[in-house]
Amino acid sequence: MITVKNLCKEFKNNDGTVNKVLSGINYEVNKGEKIVIVGPSGSGKSTFLRCLNLLERPTSGEIYFDGEEITAKKVNINKVRARMGMVFQNFNLFNNLTIMDNIILAPVKLKIMSKDEAKAKATELLKRVNLLDKADAYPASLSGGQKQRIAIVRSLCMNPEMILFDEPTSALDPEMVGEVLDVMKSLADEGMTMVVVTHEMGFAREVATKVLFMDEGTILEENTPKEFFENPQIKRLQDFLSKVL
Amino acid sequence: MTLIELITTGYAVPCSVLSDWIAKTADRFNTAFIEQNRYIQYFKGLGVTLEVALFAGIIGIVIGTIMALFKLSTTEDGKPTIWNYIASIYIDVIRGTPSVLQLMIMYFVIMASVDNQILVASLSFGINSGAYVAEIVRGGILAVDKGQMEAGRSLGLSKAATMWHIILPQATKNVIPPLGNEFITLIKETAIVGYVALSDLTRIANQIASKTYDAFMPLIGAAVIYFVIIKILTILLGNLERRMRRSDNR
Repeated sequence: MITVKNLCKEFKNNDGTVNKVLSGINYEVNKGEKIVIVGPSGSGKSTFLRCLNLLERPTSGEIYFDGEEITAKKVNINKVRARMGMVFQNFNLFNNLTIMDNIILAPVKLKIMSKDEAKAKATELLKRVNLLDKADAYPASLSGGQKQRIAIVRSLCMNPEMILFDEPTSALDPEMVGEVLDVMKSLADEGMTMVVVTHEMGFAREVATKVLFMDEGTILEENTPKEFFENPQIKRLQDFLSKVL
Repeated sequence: MTLIELITTGYAVPCSVLSDWIAKTADRFNTAFIEQNRYIQYFKGLGVTLEVALFAGIIGIVIGTIMALFKLSTTEDGKPTIWNYIASIYIDVIRGTPSVLQLMIMYFVIMASVDNQILVASLSFGINSGAYVAEIVRGGILAVDKGQMEAGRSLGLSKAATMWHIILPQATKNVIPPLGNEFITLIKETAIVGYVALSDLTRIANQIASKTYDAFMPLIGAAVIYFVIIKILTILLGNLERRMRRSDNR
């Protein structure tokens, strides 16, 4: 579904030096896979994820989505992003809109559905995450866990073919992590293609089809969760796991 | 001498000075504001002042918002565009020259053939104000969390659509206080429209002062009128700001 070839990303520092964040990543995500990416902070995992929908422009390399090279110049990236949801660490709900308007804004403006259709779909999704009573509230009045469940609903309402999760539980109070992970698990059970950057090793173990370990801008190890956690191959991953588990 | 006598005679002198002064002041007030229905002229002048300020304010907000967007525009890979330079030059030129000169250049050079002074003055002040509003709006937009733009873009909305539906409504709340400040400055700045023969409040006061050989009353009177108008505006802005902030913490 998504193929990454030799992806590099560099940031220029203020003093003119170049900070190489991703150095030549090759990877392929197939339909229905749940890829969980773990690694120490600064390893480039979030940048990698943000490159997949071009929120970060890669310095070089190619990304193919359904066979189409989305890194090509002439591609309408908005069309691609409409098919690829994203959930952020800081929720990023639109502060000036009610929950309902947050959810239906993009599908209605992009003419994917009529306003009534979008509202019906949003209502159904809100019921599913038990937040229908918040439809007319503003984001400021919601807890972190509620905001993140709404953010997931917002991207689901676009009927995406895959969803990218950028540390979806990292900004949450501990007691709210569970409710968000539950929603993600149920999505995974339905067969949604997911790429998840997270520190929740339990989630990786339980839900992932593949777990990737990233450090210093490359994928150092890739394996099924069972092998990944029980039989890590490289020293760096063994060290990492001994610290986080 | 009885106590009564002491009081009455003792106060007699200052009393007469005071009553003289009151009578004279009332007379001057009469000359400056009442005689020949002069107060109507002040109100007409105030009308011109407010008309120019209002039109200029609207023009300033429109130009300023466009220039702010120009200044913030980047290509998809984050490089500056030609619009950046246009906006920067505009802001530099306007902020680098006196507004009274801009007004005169507009009236005597650029729009020399146009007769409508209100139009010329509004345009001139609007273009001037736009440069300051541009920086205010730019600051207001930059103060909106950049995750809001990312969220909009990640859903497939264009940059323009996200700007319009998400960023600008939130930026509006940020810019109300400095924009109010700018408008207050603008009202007072219009006091120079006398240079292009527009009879605004300041010019009217000045004319009446020279006609009645009394500068005190007309000038102080005009100052009081400016002050009252701006005080009312300040209160209205405070209310607006409070109301907008209330929707924040629902």
